[in-house]
Amino acid sequence: MSKRKERIDRGIKVRSEDIFALLSWKEMLYLAGPRVLPVAVFLILPLLLGPYWQKVLLSVGVFALLAISWDVMAQTGMVSLGQALFFGMGAYVAGICNHLLGLPPWLAIPVATVAGAFLCTLVLVPVLRLRGVYFSMVTMIIPLMLVRLIEATKIFGGTEGLSGMTPLGSRWIELYLIMAVMAAVLFGFRRLMESDRGLVLKAVNDNDRSVINAGINIYWIKTQVLFAAGAVGAFAGAFMTHIYMFVGMPVFALDYSILPIAAAVVGGPGSLAGATLGAFILVPLSEALRGIGGLRIVFYGLFLVVFIVALPEGIFHFLQRKYHQFERWVEVQ
Amino acid sequence: MLAGTIVYALINAAILALMAIGFNLTFGISGVANFAYGAFYVLAAYGVWLMIHLAHLPYPLAVVLAIAINLVLGVLLYRFVLQRVRGQALSEVIATFGIGLAILELFRYFGLVGFEYTLPVFIDTSVVIFDTYVDAQRLFVVVLAAALVGLLWLFTHYTRTGLAFRGIAQDERTALTFGINADRVAALSVAFGAALAAVAATIIVPLGSISPEEGYDVLLKALAVCIIGGLGSSVGVIVASLVVGFAERITDTYVGSHWTMIVSLAAILAVLVVKPSGLFGKQKQLEERI
Repeated sequence: MSKRKERIDRGIKVRSEDIFALLSWKEMLYLAGPRVLPVAVFLILPLLLGPYWQKVLLSVGVFALLAISWDVMAQTGMVSLGQALFFGMGAYVAGICNHLLGLPPWLAIPVATVAGAFLCTLVLVPVLRLRGVYFSMVTMIIPLMLVRLIEATKIFGGTEGLSGMTPLGSRWIELYLIMAVMAAVLFGFRRLMESDRGLVLKAVNDNDRSVINAGINIYWIKTQVLFAAGAVGAFAGAFMTHIYMFVGMPVFALDYSILPIAAAVVGGPGSLAGATLGAFILVPLSEALRGIGGLRIVFYGLFLVVFIVALPEGIFHFLQRKYHQFERWVEVQ
Repeated sequence: MLAGTIVYALINAAILALMAIGFNLTFGISGVANFAYGAFYVLAAYGVWLMIHLAHLPYPLAVVLAIAINLVLGVLLYRFVLQRVRGQALSEVIATFGIGLAILELFRYFGLVGFEYTLPVFIDTSVVIFDTYVDAQRLFVVVLAAALVGLLWLFTHYTRTGLAFRGIAQDERTALTFGINADRVAALSVAFGAALAAVAATIIVPLGSISPEEGYDVLLKALAVCIIGGLGSSVGVIVASLVVGFAERITDTYVGSHWTMIVSLAAILAVLVVKPSGLFGKQKQLEERI
């Protein structure tokens, strides 16, 4: 006498799938809820928090952007272990623009976003042919090497870095800038992934040789994704530079590579929303654990393992399933 | 000067080979990712230190115990973590890296850092080779590294278990049809790798001191040697550790110590870009590059 779990779509999901959703408020709310909720959170959260947690919210935004850019690349078959490359490139370009060339932040950040993404793409284009773990290893090594290179050649301030960047002005500009960019990137990339172009991107991940067979140049596709993801990461770096008014070797640190992956894994890879959710959970958690000092990295590592082993789909997919479907145990015939 | 550089470069190469040999067995030969390797190295080193200084065990017994503990931990790591994500390369890497991170940061939290955290040398003398003073421990490193690499080659070519290691890396399903229990072999390869990390730690640590940073360093160096030498190749380990060992020593002497790490990282990058399977690896071209 054994049982199995049966998952069935909720009635409301089926009813709200076509135009008849417009007949009732309940169905419209069912459809709009998941889309409005994050925007509402992005808008209201800055107003509710105190100055300390507002600062945390800024780094939540930065890590969410990095996690989204990781997820976009991972969905195209490029699993990066070095988001720090994008982050650091953006940060250094912004630092150089502002500190050495004297550009104001509203010019330095866009310039750093584009130029940083361009530089990252240039660095990674020669290794686009590599697949799987080999690509990951290259991305892991490049930031490590850049750190040592800056240390050895003492360019751009060497070990001391560049400091004294122009701040953005008010805390509210900072908060709503990062929230707006996060919302734009999240919904923009989600829309892209739903489109035909997104289908091609996912196909590159699933079976790149058959995409080549279809007469599509996968290297050009990968280059585009690299540039887009690089721009998101570089923006995060440039933004952080102007928040901390400092750029130095720590921008290439392992944190900026590991934390975004952790966020995407915990939240649920392959949905972008999961990556954002993961950042909203992990960054405040690590802030709350600051009291126990070095132990928090221990928890972090264990957290990663538990999620990879026990809940590989991530939190977002779990919630999504509960939202759309109900489950029941049925007798096996 | 030149003779000294060469002697120390050879010793450096032997150290690299020793560090890489366990990692090469798990990741290189049987294709099971164990990125907690550096943590196992540090764990064994601290384990021996604690057993000597807190439990007052004799040195040789402590070493044997540490190796045994690492063997068991390797099996447990495979059974409870790796087996559940087997086949998904990235999940394997993230899970084992997470465990390594946890172990290393735990040791950092306890703050066991300093010059007193080192192991005793085997014999405290030194000899002169080509006008260069070399202490006996460094000679041990060279001899043991050579012996272990030789044994590894014999093991992977002439024993059933060794051949099974290579089998599951080449084609796991075909290996299954030959009656190889892939899970058992993979667990063994993780365990042997961890045990070899313990062996390497007890031989190398007396030259310096133990610190959590060492864990990341060992992992990176092992990765470098494995990638350059070629996955699945024991000869590759020798050649790659000679290449990296000499490159590091020579840049250290003639260019500057800042550049040593850059040289080995650049070597990995160059090999990955040009020939991802390494100098002596010759498998699965299309899976690496397209």
